[in-house]
Amino acid sequence: MKELLRGGNCSSRPRALLMSRAKNQIVFGKGRVRLRQFQQFLDFGERNRQFPPSPATDYLTMTFPVSPQDQAALRPASARSYLDFEKPVAELEAKVQELRSLAADGEGVQISDELFRLEGKSEKALADLYASLTPWQKTQVARHPQRPHFTDYVKGLITDFSPLSGDRQFGEDAALICGLGWFRGYAVCVMGQEKGTDTAARIKHNFGMARPEGYRKAVRVMQLAARFNLPVISLVDTPGAFPGVDAEERGQAEAIARATDASLSLGVPNIAAIVGEGGSGGAIAIATCNRVLMLEHAIYTVASPEASASILWRDAAKAEDAATTMKITAQDLYRFGIIDAIIAEPVGGAHRDPAAAIQAVGDAVQRALEGLLPLSHEEIRRSRADKFLAIGRTV
Amino acid sequence: MNWISNVMPPKVRSFLRRETPENLWVKCPESGELVFHKDLEANLFVVPGSGYHMRLSPKARLANLFDEGIYEDLPTPDAPVDPLKFRDVKRYTDRLKEYRAKTEAQDCVKLAAGRLEGMEIVAAIQDFDFLAGSLGMAAGEAIITGMTTALNRRAPFIIFTASGGARMQEGIFSLMQMPRTTIAVQRLREANLPYIVVLTNPTTGGVTASYAMLGDIHIAEPGAVIGFAGPRVIEQTIRERLPEGFQRAEYLESHGMIDMVVQRQDMRATLARLCSILTRTPRAAGAA
Repeated sequence: MKELLRGGNCSSRPRALLMSRAKNQIVFGKGRVRLRQFQQFLDFGERNRQFPPSPATDYLTMTFPVSPQDQAALRPASARSYLDFEKPVAELEAKVQELRSLAADGEGVQISDELFRLEGKSEKALADLYASLTPWQKTQVARHPQRPHFTDYVKGLITDFSPLSGDRQFGEDAALICGLGWFRGYAVCVMGQEKGTDTAARIKHNFGMARPEGYRKAVRVMQLAARFNLPVISLVDTPGAFPGVDAEERGQAEAIARATDASLSLGVPNIAAIVGEGGSGGAIAIATCNRVLMLEHAIYTVASPEASASILWRDAAKAEDAATTMKITAQDLYRFGIIDAIIAEPVGGAHRDPAAAIQAVGDAVQRALEGLLPLSHEEIRRSRADKFLAIGRTV
Repeated sequence: MNWISNVMPPKVRSFLRRETPENLWVKCPESGELVFHKDLEANLFVVPGSGYHMRLSPKARLANLFDEGIYEDLPTPDAPVDPLKFRDVKRYTDRLKEYRAKTEAQDCVKLAAGRLEGMEIVAAIQDFDFLAGSLGMAAGEAIITGMTTALNRRAPFIIFTASGGARMQEGIFSLMQMPRTTIAVQRLREANLPYIVVLTNPTTGGVTASYAMLGDIHIAEPGAVIGFAGPRVIEQTIRERLPEGFQRAEYLESHGMIDMVVQRQDMRATLARLCSILTRTPRAAGAA
């Protein structure tokens, strides 16, 4: 088992490979785009998760306690990956695992007490750590490569999902996925950004950064939803709208403005759940909803911490300061009345138990939806507008 | 400066220093030609030779827009100040004070009402000199008030935009001004009142991605930079030089995002013509 995992472990994937791929050029729409600038996206997982593994505790190549359900939910061949600040927990969990394998070798009786004690300690360390994450740590959790993405939510919550493609004007944008389906007995329209889980998928989905076509598709699908009286569920997870020549050329700003406009015109209820990063205009375009929910460790920003830092401090390295001063966490935003509810994540973040996180989002969305269904179309529209107009007036 | 100027209070100092105004001659940023400041002022800050449109102060613009330069200053509503208790290298409240002293305005949006060739209109102007015309709570609230006033007076609403985008110091509250102003735009639309956007240099970010791109008619001043992402961000993303004229008014016109590019000298006449047609108000005889 140990050997097997070692072979397929993501930690053994050479970082150099990723870097060299990142330097290649690929074709993006009309323009030839170098991928170097996307390194942060390509390897944000690598960068965040790797701290030098010491020879004594080679936890990165060890197995970890996962339930069969978890195992199914986790992506293939990936052991648990740790963020920098999770190091103490990682060490504890590694020790637990060490003991567990010793116990399995037949020395169980003598060490079961110790194992029990350590397990408790490690669980507590994890819970304590996640109970008091700093805004910057939350930013890293929100971007965790194993955090469930749009596609995972659709798999877990929507039956008969039927994706709809294209804006009928220019093209299709895989960064923002729209579709129809059944959500717990309700026929709905679903939309959201998909970041992708491996390099190929990330490139295909443009790291969740939509172009004008994506937003125009969203407008088209919202109008479809309105005609067929389908509530709209938005799952927001984007670093922001794509900043590129082609996007500007085709009116990125106008597309976003029209999407916000369309969201505010809807007579059917719409509910947004910010499940990862809610980045700027790229997020608000589909997050102007009757109810805005947010996962416990998600972030919602006017500009990414990196962008804010380079604007305000003229230094992108101040991202950590920016994350703190900009008040981007669900807890702050709830206090400000920007979001309507916080959805609790499994202990240790959504990436530790994606299935549970997905169902928690489903429960919260269902509750919000059922509260809105009795309202008339006029009430839905008016209450949405009133809600946004009230934001900030009582701070 | 000698030691006297060092010990003198700043007000006295500025009084004493009024010997010669520094900017008698203004250099055109495009052609480098020198223009006498009086000539520039008389020409609405358009450089006569190159046609370069320099920044025009809100006051000068309003004076040019309304009949005989007469208009009513509409009060802008109070908005919460500094909800995040923000500080970067400086306290946000200090920064605000600085800009308020410099521009003699509370925030970057100025509202006015008056007559344009006899027709009553309500106008809003964003002042780029106030914290880059950034969209914060005060600006958002002012724009909503301006649109609501137009709604109550059943008058066309004209906005002159100039903004670097969201006001970072107000964080998420700044982002929320995008849907909030959009609601006010929708109300104008439902009341069938003309909403004309005049995009001036520069209009970018969250402002472009909300009310500035939702007008019934989009007009831009020549050469104005208009876009969503700033040129620097895009260049960093694609690692290539941007095409010639990228994000300029003329580029947006040829890409179908704006209706027309209008010289500043013709702006008043153009706006009057459009308002008259859209409100089906025949213009007074003799009006140009």
